[in-house]
Amino acid sequence: MANADAPLIEVKDLGVRLNTSRGPAQAVRGVSFTLRRGETLGLVGESGCGKSVTALALMGLLPDSAVISGSIRLEGAELVGLPDAAYCKLRGNRISMIFQEPMTALNPMHTIGRQVAEPLLRHTSVSAAEARQEAIALLDRVGLPDASKRIDAYPHQFSGGQRQRITIAMALACQPDVLIADEPTTALDVTIQGQILDLIADLVAERGMAMILISHDLGVIAENVARMMVMYGGTVVESGETQAVFTRMGHPYTQGLFRARPRLGARKGTRLTTIAGTVPELADLPAGCTFADRCAIVEARCRAALPPVVDVGGSHGVRCIRTDVSMADGGVVA
Amino acid sequence: MSVFFLQRILTLVATLFAASLIIFLVLDALPGNAAQMLMGADASPDAVRALTVKLGLDQPLTVRYLLWLKGMAVGDLGNSYVYGTPVAGLIAERLVLTIPLAIMSMLITVVLALAAGIYTAANHNKIGDVGVMSLTQIGIALPNFWFAILLILLFSVKLQLLSAGGFAGWDDGIWPGIRSLLLPAISLAVVQAAILARVTRSAVLEVLREDFVRTARAKGLGKREVLWRHVLRNAMIPVMTVMGLQFANLLAGTIVIENVFYLPGLGRLIFQSIANRDLIVVRNCVMLLAAMVVIVNFVVDMLYAFIDPRIKVANL
Repeated sequence: MANADAPLIEVKDLGVRLNTSRGPAQAVRGVSFTLRRGETLGLVGESGCGKSVTALALMGLLPDSAVISGSIRLEGAELVGLPDAAYCKLRGNRISMIFQEPMTALNPMHTIGRQVAEPLLRHTSVSAAEARQEAIALLDRVGLPDASKRIDAYPHQFSGGQRQRITIAMALACQPDVLIADEPTTALDVTIQGQILDLIADLVAERGMAMILISHDLGVIAENVARMMVMYGGTVVESGETQAVFTRMGHPYTQGLFRARPRLGARKGTRLTTIAGTVPELADLPAGCTFADRCAIVEARCRAALPPVVDVGGSHGVRCIRTDVSMADGGVVA
Repeated sequence: MSVFFLQRILTLVATLFAASLIIFLVLDALPGNAAQMLMGADASPDAVRALTVKLGLDQPLTVRYLLWLKGMAVGDLGNSYVYGTPVAGLIAERLVLTIPLAIMSMLITVVLALAAGIYTAANHNKIGDVGVMSLTQIGIALPNFWFAILLILLFSVKLQLLSAGGFAGWDDGIWPGIRSLLLPAISLAVVQAAILARVTRSAVLEVLREDFVRTARAKGLGKREVLWRHVLRNAMIPVMTVMGLQFANLLAGTIVIENVFYLPGLGRLIFQSIANRDLIVVRNCVMLLAAMVVIVNFVVDMLYAFIDPRIKVANL
């Protein structure tokens, strides 16, 4: 393969415009990042912030009506504007995705063996018997008990956690270079969440894949990825090494998100801290900073234009023009 | 499978019993004495009484009902009041026309509907979708007897390709018979196909929104592969349900269509028997139609379990 230091995925100034029932909406703008083999990146933010749209843009699975701008390169090859037939050769083969809802992500009419073997039959020249053996091996690897006996069972015969293991086996079937996990544990019981995340982390390390993990859960991001991007209103408001972002939160939104976590040991009846206001409608985003309407330290110039990304040291970027205030001791007090 | 199967068999038998009871009671409650009707208003009371006894109409209601059930069990349906020949023979003669007619129009319905439904769903909101859906809207609004007359005008009168009516029978091979049933089958199928096409379209569109469709796309399957391998089988459950219900409409439609095309089928037999007050024939024909509808829907239920693996387990 190519030089290990060469970027595997290079996203530059990605923009996505979706046609919604409320008119065209700029769901994502100005998203840029680079991933090398073995690197992990987290995308965090509230629902509707553009993280899933970013993932679907990478997979080339946005609706036909979506307008994509900017560039997505996989080992130098441009993916934006690639015809669907060519994209089909990459999906499930070099880029795979694990989805949020294991209960509905599997076809109820097909056996799990058939579904796990499907990408192998699609992308490699193995025989049906070999694909079946490989499917059993994959299901074994993801920790599905009695894989060889249950290969001909149907999805409804498995629990949510087991189904998510099956979708992981499916995503890994062709040894992809990039794995996108979109809220892989959100729909699962808390006790299962850790197991699934550990499994994904093991597999990523074992196979040297690059991983993009999408979550709204700061805890999940903190424990599972080396770098992270915080998204809000379709833009990346803060990005950097996970460690750096958590120790020196620069953007008022990141700080708000952090304060909004429920905490153990709080007095009973204590209200959870929230961020005032609501997420802006993507169909009519403000001209300036997307967070301006909810920000405690907003100024007139915040609303004038989308603030540039400010490098606050160590490749830690914050899209805020008031980092002098927000990054002072204690940060912004809401 | 077994519990599901047993449940459905029990439901089937219970439905048939209920149908037989209702048919028997309703026909019995009709005003007028069958014997009087047959002999005319001028017949002497003695002769009418004699015929009443001969036809067994003097027996109590329950006895007559049980005798009918017994007759159906052993295949002896009694003799027609009008023709004096066995009812079973009369019906069998007509079924060689009506069953092929029903099968042909069901086949035409299914082929047209699935093709149109899948095509429109795959081209959702594009010009082809709008065009075909407008056609189905017209199809639904067409009365089948009127459409039958149009077909006769075009294919028989103008183009002289097919005969305007009558049935060639099966003695000269299968083709002449099929030719004479083609126009009636199409007339029956068009309305049903228009309805079923719309059902198919919405069922496919609904499945296309499911998460597993996105999963299949994420595996690298093209849109068409996803449609054929993942979507259709999931969309078949509502389509088959409607197909089962449509079979009943189709049989009802044969009564009109067989009259338009002068076809000696079951529908025409029913029509004539009602006109002649040949109630024993009416009763058995209606029972047969009811049984066909119930059995077709039973088969549909069985097919559910065959198509959807979740149904077996839920009932085991």
